[in-house]
Amino acid sequence: MIPAVKIEGISKCYHTPDGEICALKDISFEVRKGEFIGIVGPSGCGKSTLLSLIAGLLQPSEGKIFIFGEPLKGVNPKIGYMLQSDSLFEWRSIFRNTLLGLEIQNQLSSRNIQAVEQLLTKYGLSAFRDHRPSQLSGGMRQRVALIRTLAVNPDILLLDEAFSALDYQTRLAVNDDIYNIIKKEGKTAIMVTHDIAEAISMSERLYVISKRPGSIKLAMDIHFDIEQRTPLKSRETPGFQRYFNQVWKELDIHVS
Amino acid sequence: MYPEGISEEQQKYLKRIKSQKRFILVMRILLVISFFALWETATRLKWMDPFIFSSPVRMVSTIARLIEEGSIFLHIWTTLWETVVGFLLGTLIGILIAIVLWVSMTISKIIEPYLVVANALPKIALGPVFIVWLGAGPASIITVAVSISLIVTVLEVYTGFQEADPEKIRLVKSFGASNKQVLTKVILPSSFPVMMSALKVNVGLSWVGVIVGEFLVSKAGLGYLIVYGGQVFQLDLVMTSVLILSVLAALMYFGVQLLGKRIGKKY
Ligand SMILES: Nc1ncnc2c1ncn2[C@@H]1O[C@H](COP(=O)(O)OP(=O)(O)OP(=O)(O)O)[C@@H](O)[C@H]1O
Ligand SMILES: [Mg+2]
Repeated sequence: MIPAVKIEGISKCYHTPDGEICALKDISFEVRKGEFIGIVGPSGCGKSTLLSLIAGLLQPSEGKIFIFGEPLKGVNPKIGYMLQSDSLFEWRSIFRNTLLGLEIQNQLSSRNIQAVEQLLTKYGLSAFRDHRPSQLSGGMRQRVALIRTLAVNPDILLLDEAFSALDYQTRLAVNDDIYNIIKKEGKTAIMVTHDIAEAISMSERLYVISKRPGSIKLAMDIHFDIEQRTPLKSRETPGFQRYFNQVWKELDIHVS
Repeated sequence: MYPEGISEEQQKYLKRIKSQKRFILVMRILLVISFFALWETATRLKWMDPFIFSSPVRMVSTIARLIEEGSIFLHIWTTLWETVVGFLLGTLIGILIAIVLWVSMTISKIIEPYLVVANALPKIALGPVFIVWLGAGPASIITVAVSISLIVTVLEVYTGFQEADPEKIRLVKSFGASNKQVLTKVILPSSFPVMMSALKVNVGLSWVGVIVGEFLVSKAGLGYLIVYGGQVFQLDLVMTSVLILSVLAALMYFGVQLLGKRIGKKY
């Protein structure tokens, strides 16, 4: 089968008048359709850079990216990118914020709009559809951003710290929810997170990235012996802690 | 009087706001009345010479005379349309140039120092040049008005464009937005407040430009009346024209403000 995402020897350096910053070095991996991939690594190791490259917002310095077998050229509508910051537009209502992607891609059909309204209801935001972003809490804003990403119905989801502003309970619930949506609709996801437990609970494979310039330090398949895996159930499995310890050791975090 | 469910404390708070508002309004009206009353008294009691300082009553009778003659409407109309056209041209061309600068980083880098110099230059100095080029008529007057507001508009609006959040630009680009969509979905709406404040400044600048232009060349308009009145020592005429001018300028300012609120709500 053709992989959904294939990354071949990617390096990325940023050029600034003060010098060259190499964020990524020789990264290669493949993501099969329907897979959930987690990426963890220290701050500044190039995780957001990697997602921006896959999203087609940046050009790699070296290497190639293929999306469903096709070489990536610029932004691809099959890919939905949920950025690290929610970036809601204060001059738009919540509802019109969620329609932004559809608007840009000229997809404002009544069916698509209805789907967005259903998502708003599902995430408990329908009462806020005419509010302004500043009137919402951080968690609510992140849910709006998520709906905005899902609205354009991408096959591949790139999630950059997508749940960091949610409180713990909501976060677990949204984890389960997103996981189910992605699995049910056969979508592919690549998720960057600082939260090791979140990464392990959701991913089928986890990549640990080294310090800058980021390269893959560890690729780890994650498997739990449970039927109908969900993030919440995974967290309660005995094997969970073992994975956690392994990743923790690999990340080699020092607080001094 | 208040809908149910409003606590006593909230009611008190609302009342306090209301009475404070009323107080401010009353004081404002009192201030303007006493200003004119003092002016009138001072000239009546010969503390000030009414021939040099005019007086409210003399201004009112001047207005009545001008209305009777009918010529005042021509003067008002002339100045008004010159100002509105100058304002619209200055603002629109300014915003257009700012867009061009935003589209082409290279162009903006190249002309930046010249914009700064042009901004520092007192544009009125070019008045005689415009008159030679465009003739002694409304075209020159409007050009003076445009030249005063144009560069400021370009600089302010362009700065506003540059302050647009790069993350928001990345976001719309991740949806595949074209350059034009980046402009219409992010840049223009996020710089709306900047454009509004530029618009308000331009109202004032356009009046300055047109009046100065009329000082230099004109056969009609409030600026013309003021210069004429000064030359023939009719200070009543000068003061009356200034009064009419301030009323018009205020009306235009509030009009622009209202327009801004309307558009702002739609977004
Ligand atoms: N536009 C840019 N110009 C220059 N350097 C950049 C740019 N964007 C990122 N970098 C540098 O590249 C490195 C990787 O950045 P990136 O945002 O990908 O890190 P990250 O792993 O996502 O970090 P975090 O976990 O804090 O979000 C950082 O050291 C950063 O300073
Ligand atoms: Mg990041």
